[in-house]
Amino acid sequence: MTRLRLFALNALLTLLCVATLYPVLWVVKLALSPTQTLSLSANPLPEAVTLDHFRAVLGSSDAQGRWLFGRQLLSSLVVSGATTLVGMSLAVTAAYALSRFRFPGKDSGLQLLLVTQMFPATLMLVPLYSLLQTLGLLDSLGGLVLVYATSSLPFCVWMLKGYFDTLPRELEEAALMDGASRWQVFVKIVLPLARPALAVTALFSFMQAWNEFILAATLLNDAARFTLPVALQRYVGEYKTEWGHFAAGALLISAPVMALFFALQRYLIGGLTAGAVKG
Amino acid sequence: MSRGARRVAASLLLLFASAALAAPLRLWHGYRGGEEEAIERIARQFTAETGLEVEALAVPYDALSSKLTSAIPHGAGPDVFIFAHERLRQFHRLKVVAPTPALETDRYLLPAVAALELDGAHYGYPLAIKCLALFVREGVAAPDSTDALERVLPAHLSPDTFGIAWEAGDFYFHAPILAGFGGQLFGADGRARFDTPEMARSLTWVKSLQDRALLPQEVSGALVKTLFNERRIAMAISGPWFASEIDPQLGYSVHPLPVVSQTGLPMSPFLGVEAAFDSARSEQAEAAQRLARYLSVGDATLQRVTLGRQIPAELAAWDDPLVSGDPLISAFRAAAERATPTPNTLEMARVWEPMKLALKAVLQGGVAPEDAGALADRRYRALNREALPQADPRPWLIALAVGVSWLLWRHARRPRQPSPETWLGLTWVAPAALGLLALVLIPFVIGLSLSLFHHEAGDYTFVGGANFVDILTSRGYRFNEPLSFYFTLAVTLLWTAVNVVLHVSLGLFLAILLKEPLLKLRAVYRVLLIVPWAVPNYITALMWKGMFHRQFGAINALLGLLGVEPVSWFTHWSTAFAANVITNTWLGFPFMMVVSLGALQSIPADLYEAAAVDGASRWAQFRHITLPLLRPALLPAVILGSVWTFNMFNIIYLVSGGEPGGGTDILVSEAFRWAFQRNEQYGFAAAYSVLIFVVLFVWSRITRRLSGEEPA
Repeated sequence: MTRLRLFALNALLTLLCVATLYPVLWVVKLALSPTQTLSLSANPLPEAVTLDHFRAVLGSSDAQGRWLFGRQLLSSLVVSGATTLVGMSLAVTAAYALSRFRFPGKDSGLQLLLVTQMFPATLMLVPLYSLLQTLGLLDSLGGLVLVYATSSLPFCVWMLKGYFDTLPRELEEAALMDGASRWQVFVKIVLPLARPALAVTALFSFMQAWNEFILAATLLNDAARFTLPVALQRYVGEYKTEWGHFAAGALLISAPVMALFFALQRYLIGGLTAGAVKG
Repeated sequence: MSRGARRVAASLLLLFASAALAAPLRLWHGYRGGEEEAIERIARQFTAETGLEVEALAVPYDALSSKLTSAIPHGAGPDVFIFAHERLRQFHRLKVVAPTPALETDRYLLPAVAALELDGAHYGYPLAIKCLALFVREGVAAPDSTDALERVLPAHLSPDTFGIAWEAGDFYFHAPILAGFGGQLFGADGRARFDTPEMARSLTWVKSLQDRALLPQEVSGALVKTLFNERRIAMAISGPWFASEIDPQLGYSVHPLPVVSQTGLPMSPFLGVEAAFDSARSEQAEAAQRLARYLSVGDATLQRVTLGRQIPAELAAWDDPLVSGDPLISAFRAAAERATPTPNTLEMARVWEPMKLALKAVLQGGVAPEDAGALADRRYRALNREALPQADPRPWLIALAVGVSWLLWRHARRPRQPSPETWLGLTWVAPAALGLLALVLIPFVIGLSLSLFHHEAGDYTFVGGANFVDILTSRGYRFNEPLSFYFTLAVTLLWTAVNVVLHVSLGLFLAILLKEPLLKLRAVYRVLLIVPWAVPNYITALMWKGMFHRQFGAINALLGLLGVEPVSWFTHWSTAFAANVITNTWLGFPFMMVVSLGALQSIPADLYEAAAVDGASRWAQFRHITLPLLRPALLPAVILGSVWTFNMFNIIYLVSGGEPGGGTDILVSEAFRWAFQRNEQYGFAAAYSVLIFVVLFVWSRITRRLSGEEPA
């Protein structure tokens, strides 16, 4: 490849990156500008810088003097963390069984998993509400965790099963011959090998719980237990939008997910594709 | 006593004390800023005086009504809630609100009490009134008639300034004008009617102001505020909330809306009454009544006036110089004397969507003012479906029984070799299967069966397949109109196809660029290009919605740099659709890029070397090596991507919001509107969802053939 072509390639990619990041810079600018309104300007760099919006969003507290942002961050972390934990532990065993064992109902089960994904989630809200009430799980983070974990299960199971399918069985068979139990084989051999897929799947269930707001807004009735997206919703009303607060909040909410993404990105390519190839 | 022990003792004491007391009274409201602060102070005072704890919750205003109607009937809602009176009839039918027989009707403004009356009983304690008035900048003569208005305004015109602004696309703002032209929204039978000469005349007048540039185009609340503060309009029509948005340096006065000179009738705005309502399901009904009343009188009123700048409904407050001496508040009381309470009927709730359609159509020039009434009329009839006749459930039950037993029989008949792994497999999947059964499959089956019912105000009637018949024959509107199932389906398919093609081609293109081995900054580029994927998609949607803003958006600013006229993105179908597609492409290409990167890595490099030796061009290499070998990896991603895009609710709902006139809605967002925005027609919405499900199911069958998989 000639120097010139390499240069052109770099220039093109830089341009594409700038185009991709432009909307993000625009949000950063809104978050740092002193006003609450949009301003007509193509320049994505802030003209005046203030941390007021961040201070207002981070420092929000309620009448009882509780530090709302801190509690909401905590409940977001608890819900997303627990969702990932519960969802993954249910998904890995199911996916492994679906990949390795033969048992009746396996194929129809797999199809059923896919089929449930095709029914619009927002329309499940009405039956779900009554169901959670029956279980006594309205207005509780536990109820939210259960719903999130089960609703991301089909996707997780499919991803993991696809990945398990690509792993060679010889190692497991050899270990079984040597007297290891199924469980030992699973924990000591299969799970470590499947690390990229586990990382990606965990990332997805974490993100799904971290970002969801329709269900959380409907089920939770206490401002101190709101998850962060529900809290953010307050800044964008139908009649009035506080763009500065919204932008600052949006950045604060996106930051942890982005950090996770970048920490796990080396798994992303392998984890997604190996599963997808056999899918 | 050590510090630790003391703390334990203290918390034990607290525990007993709180166990002895009743649970705190829960108060839900949608206030922000000063009004919220006032409510919290009043709640604290109430606790200090009565010893009853109050737990106030500020719910985003848009979510408050649906949260109330879902929580209270389940016994999970508040004891007291604050809301505007126009939903009262609906709250009453859903058994959400309790009557307030102890209301001292002579303590409050007469229209405020009247607004809370339903079939002879009163519901709620009136807190404040809200209506529209005319804000006039200092130095401008306040007009008392439309003739005077049209005389005053031209003096304030320049290329960059207008005369007056209000949110002309919203019926709340058009209603006073319609009334001023003598229009009656409801006929003698109580049904809404739109196709009247008064409607045409009122629309013609507004359009003529806009044609003369006295009124700017596509006015939003944010624009009114900016124009007024930048002294680019002489007047604005808005409500009491506008006062807090005006630049403190700017002098202005508030007046009642002018008289329409053609008819001699005053423009009569809607009067909204905010009230503290008692929940019908409160377990502490007596205390709840006490709190609601407390909020509405005496010191609480003064707090709401001084902190929240409310226009009080309590008569005694007007004797206080703090209230009567306040120019803004007394000006609004004068304006309110011409106002009519917003009808608290169900019929009123059905007016907004058709009128919004008609107003936008006229102001954008698509429809003549004379024809707009007919347009609204048709939309109204399409949205408000007559209650369907009850059907006999027996044939359906028999069909269900036959279907289930056939499935079981087929299953039992199938020869099966007993597998030693059966038990093992079943135990390993059991936890996941149980969870799925309880929280995914049961709601799914309930959702499916809801489609056979008609829902109205909490009551379900079995109607058999009538919902499906209505949808598939597109009853009430033409096949090629935005509300028809076929139109929406076509839009959805186009939306899915365009997005998937763009995602895959952009993703693949970037992946190929990034594959270049000499690229030193590859890792950096890759990280930067993944960013859109990591941003939560509702944030993406709202961010792009802001960027496409007609007056303040970055996209129009960029176009301005290139010398292109600002585009009003959401008034034409093609640009609104494009805005949705651009947003979704930005959001979706990184996924395809990552999948393509992984897939490209799995293609052995020596294939390309061999091809290069044979003299194959780069295009030939791409065509004959890359594409065929990518297919197995890309196809599942494409299938997954197409299902996601097909049901991509957030982008459509938040970016274009279906504008113009519902034209860019896809099937999911249409279903959502039927369920949550058009009188809770859950059954109809569920039927939509079933059809979505059927389309995707067929699609999955087709793609399984495409990917050459054996049917399971």
